[in-house]
Formats: sequence, structure tokens, C-alpha cells
Amino acid sequence: MRFKSLSIMFALCIATMAHVQAADDDVLTIAYNVNLPSWDPTVGLSAVNPTIQSIYKSVFDQYVDQNPDLSFKPGLLTGWGWNEDRTRIWLEVRDDAYWHDGSKVTPQDVVWSLERAGHPDTGNPIMFVWSKVANFSIDGNRITGDVVSFEPTLFKWMAFLTAYILPQKYYEEVGAEGFESAPVGSGPYMVDQFERNSFVRLKRFDKYWGPQPEFETVIFKFVTDASSRVAEIESGSSDITIEIPYEEYDRLRAKEGLVGRSTPVSDIGMIFINDVEVMEDANVRKALAHAIDKNAIVEHLLRGYGVPIDTLQAPQYSAFDSSISVAYDPEKAKMLLAESGYSTDNPVRFKIQTTRGFKPKDYEMIQAIVGMWRKVGAEAEIEVYEIAKHFELRALDTLAPAAFYNWGNAIGDPSTSTGFAMFGPSPHSTWDTDDLDAMIGPLWGEQDEDKRIAGYQAVDRYIAENAYVIPLLQFIQPIVHRDGIEVTPHVANFILPQSVTKTN
Amino acid sequence: MAPRFILRRLLLILPTLFGVSIIVFVLLRVIPGDPIVMMIPPGATQADIDNLRQLYGLDKSILDQYLIWFGAVLDGDFGISISLRQDVVGLIVSRLPATLELALSAMVLAVVLGITMAIIGTYWQNRWPEAVIDGISGFNQAIPDFLWGLIFILMLGVLWPILPISGRIDPRTGMEFTTQFYLAESLLRGEFSILADLVRHMLLPMVALALPLTAVITRTLKASLFETMTQDYIMLSEIKGFSRWRILIVEALRNALIPTVALSGVQFNFLVGGTVLIERIFSYPGIGNMAIGAVIDRDLPLIQGLIITFAIIFIFTNLLIDLSYRLLNPRVANE
Repeated sequence: MRFKSLSIMFALCIATMAHVQAADDDVLTIAYNVNLPSWDPTVGLSAVNPTIQSIYKSVFDQYVDQNPDLSFKPGLLTGWGWNEDRTRIWLEVRDDAYWHDGSKVTPQDVVWSLERAGHPDTGNPIMFVWSKVANFSIDGNRITGDVVSFEPTLFKWMAFLTAYILPQKYYEEVGAEGFESAPVGSGPYMVDQFERNSFVRLKRFDKYWGPQPEFETVIFKFVTDASSRVAEIESGSSDITIEIPYEEYDRLRAKEGLVGRSTPVSDIGMIFINDVEVMEDANVRKALAHAIDKNAIVEHLLRGYGVPIDTLQAPQYSAFDSSISVAYDPEKAKMLLAESGYSTDNPVRFKIQTTRGFKPKDYEMIQAIVGMWRKVGAEAEIEVYEIAKHFELRALDTLAPAAFYNWGNAIGDPSTSTGFAMFGPSPHSTWDTDDLDAMIGPLWGEQDEDKRIAGYQAVDRYIAENAYVIPLLQFIQPIVHRDGIEVTPHVANFILPQSVTKTN
Repeated sequence: MAPRFILRRLLLILPTLFGVSIIVFVLLRVIPGDPIVMMIPPGATQADIDNLRQLYGLDKSILDQYLIWFGAVLDGDFGISISLRQDVVGLIVSRLPATLELALSAMVLAVVLGITMAIIGTYWQNRWPEAVIDGISGFNQAIPDFLWGLIFILMLGVLWPILPISGRIDPRTGMEFTTQFYLAESLLRGEFSILADLVRHMLLPMVALALPLTAVITRTLKASLFETMTQDYIMLSEIKGFSRWRILIVEALRNALIPTVALSGVQFNFLVGGTVLIERIFSYPGIGNMAIGAVIDRDLPLIQGLIITFAIIFIFTNLLIDLSYRLLNPRVANE
């Protein structure tokens, strides 16, 4: 009897504490995979972190915006371009934009943001782009500026990392720390409450110049553990989540009340080849490239969630050329290695570095590839390291002969994939030879866009023929959301609450 | 005697922290991972990299960096976080209360449960309640706190979703707190619905942290109680006709608690360390969660500040253990 009473009391306690988060029609909760470290989208480490741009894009406007297919569209600028000889640029600022404090966005804010971004003392990591224009003048809503050094992708960068407009007057009033605690932007949502490492709550900005978002309140919960994100969506505590294991994605989308969306995004899995040791032998490089069955990796390891590729251009990028391919041909790989005196009995030996868990199945992929290489006469020793170590080794050009990496390129330009990854003087390249540098070098300043793109396609073909890098696949982003809403996947890997709609 | 003891222990804190600061500072600079390299985007030139390195003061020698940092620390300035771009002291002060509330709640829960179970086990020695308690203790101890966390998320967050599984408070709650001690503040302000929400959010990480510690306390205290119960003064109490409950709680418990108190203090340090993983799993916004982010981002000033904070917590916990040990055991106090 006493036990029964205790049981009833316990049940009542639990019932009182029961926390069933009722679905609120006007609140959208996103279980997000990363924390938001800082509210200034133009300075510091977080400014170049692609994974938090979704939050920045909800609160701030960019000069130029992007459609879900990576094509460009007006942002805070309604127009932009070069003059005839490309010595000046012009920007047209929209007239109907307001800051979250109610004041009007002015062309002076845009000029201040550009000048601040290009100033070395600000700490903008993309300063090398923004400093290529200067001496701005304003006439009505039109801004003109001098080109200090021609950058063909300047306007594409205006939709990319650190390309956000901040309010000059407010920022100067409150300073950097004041801005961190009470950020003001001109985007579709304004910051209502920010609990560091926990969540940010956004409120719809009624004076936003663009279409009004359907949800009045948006909550980004920072749930950095993948299994906790799965639990968030499964328990109904969150409406959307991303970056979950593909196995979980398949399980969740089969459940009633949940919907799965998967879309190829601008993340490329690749193997950097360093021009050291055995990799200086063209036969070895080409054999390694031909020995990898990318379709099998995608099919068996990634459950079909990946797109095999043979260049550093994904199909959505402007320089993608479907005619460039590197066939899976183990016999050819054996023959190439035999030409250099290697066989399964006398394999070529080298080291390959990889992360483990940085991208889905990264280590497992490399294990599978090493197995494929072994069959044709290449013995690779796997070294696992942290991504921070990879960055350090790459900057010092001391990566192993082969190293797995994931290359993101949200604006889809060849200069921000092939260009920076393969041009010798770039701190991000590992292959460093004169023949390739001679091909890429002139493209940095090429003013004819068609010629520039064609030039990069020729570079990609040359790289594929010589196996200077081994592109593997384009990653697919798994998104799970509850029934009753529609999420528009974005190739740049954004989850934008302003583009989430209600279906009933 | 006690004031001299406390003074001596307090004076020892300074060289300890100085040693910790040197080790941490040097280690962080020799292990792989350069925050500037992680920050540079495609296209950055060597000049851009040098400029950023200079901006964050990382272009100087380790000794110079240390002297600058240590000089600032003496003024209470631990620097600016590279990733969060805010004052390190401010960041830690804003997050530490969440961790302290979580760790202390877990400690209290573990102590209450542990003592209760040990007393029950001793009272019904060699009978089925003792076997049940031993079984529960073994089970609790065998499963680490983070695994308990994942089990709770699955059981009470997904299969039977009655408790929140992430965060410290419902994001829709509009209450403005004046301190970061949400639990204490909501209690003092009489905001009981907020308090209930905070407890709901804290419950799973708190229990996950407490269970392994409960097992340790139960086992240690039970063994200690068994031993105490064979002492002559206990036999005398039995002869006097005192009830077994009274003998256990009034006569035996105080003496039996001495080893448990020492052990609990050490375990509290482990518990604070355990918050790193638990806070991560439950997205709980404390310094443990912040520490993981700082390590991933190679945020050197923040990591340094956090390790010094953990060191201070450990040192003061040990001091408290020693003091309580002296209170419980007069022989130690008189030495």
C-alpha cells in the first residue's frame, strides 16, 4: 500500500515535470550543429566559418545574395558592376532597407563596411579581397570606387565570407563589445535573446525590405553532438536538424511525421597530393587515381549520399565540365605502376593523412581507398590527425604525400576551388610545380569572364590528366524536418529560416 | 591552529597557480594547431597571415608572450578570446555559474543518495536490501556519466519525451536574469515556474553526473560503516539499548564519514571534469562546453583562462576537504 502511494506520488511528480514542447505554429526551432562564437560576421575566426553563415544571413544583409542553386541575386545592393576598362566599380544601394533599431540603411554604411573590411587593423581575414577597392564616393544611392588591383571575383566575394554590411553609427556608438552583446543588422530577423553556447532566439523584423518570413520567432539551438540532434528532432523538441549520420537520416525519414531532404552541397571530398617522394612519379599518381572506385565508396559507405566527381568543380559550379573524367580502371593502374617497377609483391609505399569524424565517413573512406590501392600495388600507411593539424601542415607545405580534405566553395567560382587549392604560391595548395602555376597565374587577373572560366576548365583537365589532386565526391547534406513545414535546401549548405514555409 | 593552516594553504595556492600557468602556456604553444592558420581563408598571402599573427600577438617568442600574458593576468586581464572576441574573464564569469550549479546539484544528489543507500545497506546487512543496493551501486559505477547521459536522452528524451534534452532553460522563456546563477536567482525572486523549467533542464545531466559518484559514496561509506559498527563504543551503545537506526545515524555515521568526505572531495574534482562531456551532450552552456569549443578553435587565451579556473576550483575543493576532514576528525586538527 505504501509502495503504491509512493508510485502514484512519483508518477505525479513526473507528470508535473513533463516537458512536452507543444508545437507552436509561429516558432521555428532548429537544432543546429555548431555554436555561434561571435556576432561580428566580418572579423575573426567565426567570420570564415562557413557553417555559421546561416545565422549571420538571418540577421545581417550581404552586399549580394545567392539563390539556393548558387546563382547570384540582389542583396542590399540592387545593382553592381565595373566601368568599361575595369578601373572603377559601381554599386547601387537599395532605398528601402532599415536597421533593426529603425534607422535607415545608407550608402555611407556600405562604404564604411567596405573600408573597414579592407583595413589591416580590423582583423578581417578576407582583407586581401576588400583592400582591392578604395576611394569610394557617394552620389545618391550610387557608390563608385577605384579598383586598386583587379579582382575578377570581387562581386562573387560580395556574397561570400565577411561580406556583410554593419551599421556605422550604431557600431561606433557601442563599440565592438557593445555590438557583441546587442548586435544590429538589417536582415529578416533581429536578435531577441542570445544565450552563448545554448541558443539564439530571433524575432521577425517587420521593416525588412524583402519578403516577410513566415515564422515570427526562430530559435537556433546549438546542439553540437550529432546523437543529441537526432534526439532533438525525434522527440519533437526541434523542427529541423542537419548534419546527422546518413544511417540516422535514413531511419528518421522513414518515421511518421518526419521528412528528409538531401541535397548535394558545395563541399568536395578530395585527396591532396603533395609533390614529394613517390608522388613526383606521374605513373604512381595516375595509378592511384585510376584505382579508386568512387561509385562503390558512395554506394556502400555513404549509402548513396554523395556525387562522385573528377575535378574540383561540382556540377553547380561555374567552371564544371562534365567531359573531364578519370575512369576507374584497376588494370590500367597496375600497368602504370608496373612501368615504374611496382607491383603487389613490390608495392609503392607512402603515407596518407586523414581526419576521423570531421566529415561523414572520412576515415572509413580512406580505409576503403587504401584497400583499393593495395590491390593494384600501392601500400599506404594511414595517419589520423585533427583538422587543426591539417591546416598547420598545409600552411607549411609539409603534408604527407597524400592527405584527405574537404574543400568548401559556396560561391562556386573556380578561383576559390582549383585556383587556391592548386596554385603553388597559395598557402592552401600542396601541389607546387611551375607548369601548373604558369597556367593558373594569368587567370587571377583575367578580365574576360568567358576566357577565365574556359582557362580554369583547361587547368582542371590538365590536373586530371596528371593526377595532381584526386577529387573524390561532392557531399550531400541530410536535412530532417517535421511534417507541416517546407525547407528549401541550399547548395551553399545554408539553412535559412526566412526560406522555411508552412505547408498547412 | 586552523587560521594558520588556512593561511599556509592559501599561500601555497600562488606558486601552484604559477606552475600551472607556465605548464599550460608552454604546452598550448608546442602542441599542434595554430589558431591563425585555422583562420586564414583561401587566397590569403603570407603578409595577410603575418598581419593576423601580429594582431593576436602570436608573432613573439613564447617567453615574451608569457611575460606579456602574465603581466596582464596580475592585473586581472586574461586577454581576449580569439574565437569569441570577448574578454576571457567576462566569458568565464558568465558561464561558470551554470557549471557550478550543475556540479553542486549533482554532488548534493550523489551525497544524499549515497549516504541513504549506504545506511540502508548497513542496516539490512546480509539481507536482500543490501544485495539490491550492491547491485545498483555496481551498475551505477560500471556506466560512465556520459553514457548515462546518452541513455537518458534516448529513454526520457526520445522514447518517453518528458524531459528536455538540451540547454539550460526553455529558449521561449522571456525572463531577464541579473545574475548567471539562474537557479538561485529564480528561487530568491519567487519565479517558481522558471525554477521548475530550470530544474527540468538540469535533471538529466545532473543525474547522469551524480550516478557514478553515488556508487562510489555508497560503497566507501558502507564499508566504513561496517567497520565502525564493530567498534567497542558501538557495542556499548547496543548494550545501552539504543535502536539500530539511532546507533547507525547518531553514533556511527560521523566517524564513518571521514574517509567518504575525503573521497567525495576528490570525486567532486572528477565530477567538475565530467561536466565537459556532459555539458556537450546536453548542450548545457557552462564552462565545460565552452572548453571543448575553445580547444577545437585553438583559442589559446580562453583555454589558458579555463584551465586556470579549473585549477582554482580543484585547489579550493581540496582546501575545503582538508578543513572538513579536520572538523570531523579532532585528532587531525590537534596534530
